[in-house]
Amino acid sequence: MSDQTMQDFKNLAPSNSQKFTQRLLPLVVFAVVVLMIPMFNPSSLVLTLLNVMGINIVFALSYNMLLGRGGLLSFGHAVYFGLGGYAAVHAMRMIEEASYGDGGFWASYPVFFLPVIGFACGALAGAVIGWPSCRRAGTPFAMISLGVAELIAAAGFMFGSIFGGEEGISGDRMNGPELFGLSLGPISEVYWFIAFWTIVGTFCIYAFTRTPLGKMSEATRDNPERVEFVGYDPQRVRYLVFIFAGGFAGLAGGMAAVQYEIFTPEAVSLAPSGMVLLMAYIGGIRYFAGPIVGAVVLTYMQSMMSDYSEAWLLYLGILFMVVVMFAPGGLAGIVAGLINGMRAEDRNERIGRWLTVSAGGLLAFAGLIVLIEVAVRWSNGYGEVFEPFGMHLPTASALTWALILIPIAAGVGLLRLAMKRKEEGHA
Amino acid sequence: MKLVKSAALAAAIAFVSTAGASAESLKIAFIDPLSGPFGPSGQAGLNEWNYAAAQINAKGGVGGQEVEIIGLDNKVNPKESLVQLQKAIDQGVRFIAQGNGSSVASALIDAIEKHNKRNPGQEVLFINYAAVDPAFTNERCNFWHFRFDADADMKMEAVTDWVKGQDSIKKVYIIGQDYSFGKAVAAAAVKNLGEKRPDIEIVGNELHPLGKVKDFTPYIQKIISSGADAIITGNWGADMVLMIKAAIDSGYKGPILTYYGGSKGAATAMGAAAVGQVKAIVEHNTNLQLSDAQTAYVDGYEAAYPEDNYYYHRIHNAMNMLAMAADKAGSTEPKAIAFALEGMTYEGPTGTLTMREDNHQILQPLFMSTFSDNVTRGVEKLPLGWVSGDADRIEADATRTETTCKMERPS
Amino acid sequence: METIVFSLLNGVIYGLLLFMLSSGLTLIFSMMGVLNFAHASFYMLGAYFAYTISDASSFWLALVFAPILVGLVGAAVERWGLRTVHVNGHVAELLFTFGLAYLIDEVVKIIWGRNAVDYQIPELLDFPLFELFGAQYPAYRIFTLFVALAMLVALWFILNRTRAGLIIQAALSHPHMVGHLGHNVPRIFMTVFGVGCALAGLAGVIGGNYLVTDPAMAVQMGPIVFVVVVVGGLGSLMGAFLAAMLLGLLQTFAVAIDANFADMFGWLGLSPTSEVGRISIASLAPMIPFLMLVLILMVRPRGLLGDREL
Repeated sequence: MSDQTMQDFKNLAPSNSQKFTQRLLPLVVFAVVVLMIPMFNPSSLVLTLLNVMGINIVFALSYNMLLGRGGLLSFGHAVYFGLGGYAAVHAMRMIEEASYGDGGFWASYPVFFLPVIGFACGALAGAVIGWPSCRRAGTPFAMISLGVAELIAAAGFMFGSIFGGEEGISGDRMNGPELFGLSLGPISEVYWFIAFWTIVGTFCIYAFTRTPLGKMSEATRDNPERVEFVGYDPQRVRYLVFIFAGGFAGLAGGMAAVQYEIFTPEAVSLAPSGMVLLMAYIGGIRYFAGPIVGAVVLTYMQSMMSDYSEAWLLYLGILFMVVVMFAPGGLAGIVAGLINGMRAEDRNERIGRWLTVSAGGLLAFAGLIVLIEVAVRWSNGYGEVFEPFGMHLPTASALTWALILIPIAAGVGLLRLAMKRKEEGHA
Repeated sequence: MKLVKSAALAAAIAFVSTAGASAESLKIAFIDPLSGPFGPSGQAGLNEWNYAAAQINAKGGVGGQEVEIIGLDNKVNPKESLVQLQKAIDQGVRFIAQGNGSSVASALIDAIEKHNKRNPGQEVLFINYAAVDPAFTNERCNFWHFRFDADADMKMEAVTDWVKGQDSIKKVYIIGQDYSFGKAVAAAAVKNLGEKRPDIEIVGNELHPLGKVKDFTPYIQKIISSGADAIITGNWGADMVLMIKAAIDSGYKGPILTYYGGSKGAATAMGAAAVGQVKAIVEHNTNLQLSDAQTAYVDGYEAAYPEDNYYYHRIHNAMNMLAMAADKAGSTEPKAIAFALEGMTYEGPTGTLTMREDNHQILQPLFMSTFSDNVTRGVEKLPLGWVSGDADRIEADATRTETTCKMERPS
Repeated sequence: METIVFSLLNGVIYGLLLFMLSSGLTLIFSMMGVLNFAHASFYMLGAYFAYTISDASSFWLALVFAPILVGLVGAAVERWGLRTVHVNGHVAELLFTFGLAYLIDEVVKIIWGRNAVDYQIPELLDFPLFELFGAQYPAYRIFTLFVALAMLVALWFILNRTRAGLIIQAALSHPHMVGHLGHNVPRIFMTVFGVGCALAGLAGVIGGNYLVTDPAMAVQMGPIVFVVVVVGGLGSLMGAFLAAMLLGLLQTFAVAIDANFADMFGWLGLSPTSEVGRISIASLAPMIPFLMLVLILMVRPRGLLGDREL
């Protein structure tokens, strides 16, 4: 009998081919996609968006080291992003001064490696702030992070020599020694810089989850008492994870310093901390790729959706609420559920249910869009009228309300039907 | 496996297409907040730009081209503004207008300077209509930046010029928000009062954190017990409104001299109790006795946007000076327009305006307006509005400040 | 002398307003473990409801009905929102309320516009009550004081002298035991959440016209409510009361102090012209709550009078 258990354990370990498809392959595909994008000759707006996405991917992944992997809900992660970024901009200025001045260490430091400075400073800030905040997980941790974030945000406006006051501090990335033939002037060259660091950051954060510390961080999240029994100190595990998370956030800050060439105190405030929380959670905190998905989707929404609707914040809020209430696995969880479902035995039944759910969801959402767009125009009071697909939908028309109420009612009905069927299926 | 999907999503972004507009129009990208807490002031600015464009188009446009305004939402975030700037440049926009937040203006000035240096022949011009940090026309001045609003120091020159004529003011209390702008206002007030009215005693000079104070009563009682006859403040938004409300509730009777008393939403929040005490330094108010053409212009605006009041007169000035510059240069190239704008004078509804050649700062008459209930034109659908008398006019030349700018011009 | 009197008076009134705002959250948090991020949004809803009602009828009707309406909205949120999320744990609940705060903000902007609304103090109370050292004291502030005290007494009475109150008290400290005793715990939760929100709504009715009623009011008050609840401690209304008073007094007294860091630490060689030396105590006043929050959580995680740790 004992032999059999031994064998079972052995079978549980992933085979080499599984290791390859699950661990190495996604990263290779990711890298290939990143390398191929410039071949499509994207416009500089697309490149800028991609760069911002790269920064946010690393930032959201570093946040998920805390929330997803460590179970630590932080409301002040932008502090480390901001401090790392500020350090990088200060370094960028020193490079500029040194290259036109007396030389020295900074004259030979390439701008390309500024994210390293960001990492060091983010990790240092994590080490200082993390020491008092990591004693407890859960709500106390969340509250301390909120308090610290408020304090640092206030300090951001008070200490002009570090944060540069309201205007922040700016530098020029086209100084110091060039690496890989990149002057970093045009946005297409910055793309390679961001691509390099996005891949490095993603790889390192993934590698971190495979280390004993990464594993212990998950164990501490699930059951700190047991971790203590096994002989680890949960407080210390949290503290170390916190330092690394701060470091990678600082790395993202260093990338942002080169991309934007400016940092303002707004970067350490509560707003970006909330945004990274939304990115990680909407993407899916239980999956490594979740924050990547979230960063891509939310960056796109933030920069492009405001062109289509001034109520984009409301849509973002609704998306977040829907994810929290009905899809705790986030967008990545939905995709994973679909893939697993395709392999399950009751495939046809599931597909039927998905179709009902998506039809219901789309219908309800369409009705909601009409409601929101009409309401926003009514609220502005400029007499503007919502006109989708050549239709004319003023506030007082019956057609408008039909287009709002019927899809919502039908959508909710379909969703309830799908829910009922699922319950019956379980019973 | 999961990485693959996100990568596919990233690739999908590459198919994003940008909307193209007709080639003949002259496009101005308006990069300001259009959503979130600062949305209202950005939206009001966008409305006025759109109205100014419609008016100038009716007169033949700028340099024969029709003006088109493209509103881009920057969420008052400097980084997001740079993304939106890139969006504008990709759409072929050569003129950027912005005003809310010196942090954003600073990022844009920097980015536009670098863009123009790195992309010769595709220069972009920055029209700043409300970001008032003096640095932009002093140590950080830049050929591609033109400011159509008076900067913080110039407004303080005007405020102190007005105080000079008020013999009853003997003690002044200065209060502001604890960040670069609040500090600049306080420093300018101390310096100017010392020069113009050395007899005035500055009984308090205080900074409070930005946007964090809920109850201003303790500050106000400090002010009242100091015996101040006037308060000078650069506060804006909730910090200004809460302070004014607390001052009036506590029975403070003297004038409150503000920069932003006339901003959107303030009149409603302050209410009738603030009448007569709150003053704001502006380049225009709707109760000024001006030409019929100007009255018609304001009427037209308020008819087109009944939820808004005419406020940013400088947008009207900027649009007209842009048209004049295009005519003078015979071109709508930003570089040619920039050279034409330098030193240009414009006979506007409120008087003569000059764009200084040495630092690209507009000189215009300013008015000390008083919040009043005896008005022909109210704001925010209230019977309250802003008025100013003959003594409240400060001539353009009196607001001139020394500049440290060393303008570098392109060849 | 006058500084002390004024600071005392203002500190107490500000503290009472904070207490009104946070007492509901203390109830909710102690019982359900939900640190409701949207609590300040219910405060904002209270102010807006009161504005609409007092516009149509009178302030006094608004004083009664606006909190009830807010309570109903709160109960509905618990019934159809929080309860669904409850199975996913406290972090999910916290995030739910985080998103809710976001949504309420946006919806308020659509319904009432993005600028401040003209929510006025009732004429009956719009006069200076007395004059002290040259500064007038508005009657409405004293009215605020009485409403807060009345609420405190009523809350104390309900919790300690009625059957429902006893059950709630029991559920505060031993939620599972109450369930075992056969009480409908989900319904108690819904009621408490509704009542907690109604209390925030009442604070909104009172505070909305004394401060400003605009869509930013929730964001401004949000974090400070947490500070009161956390510093006061779990399960203790008295703690919340103490914490609110302490915060109110500390903040107002700090404003009254004219010293700066250089005056205090000059003996260490800190120059008054340096960046650190120039920071004055008054300018730090609004930072005090957050400093307190961090310190309390580090030193005494159960808060001032809490009966258990967070």
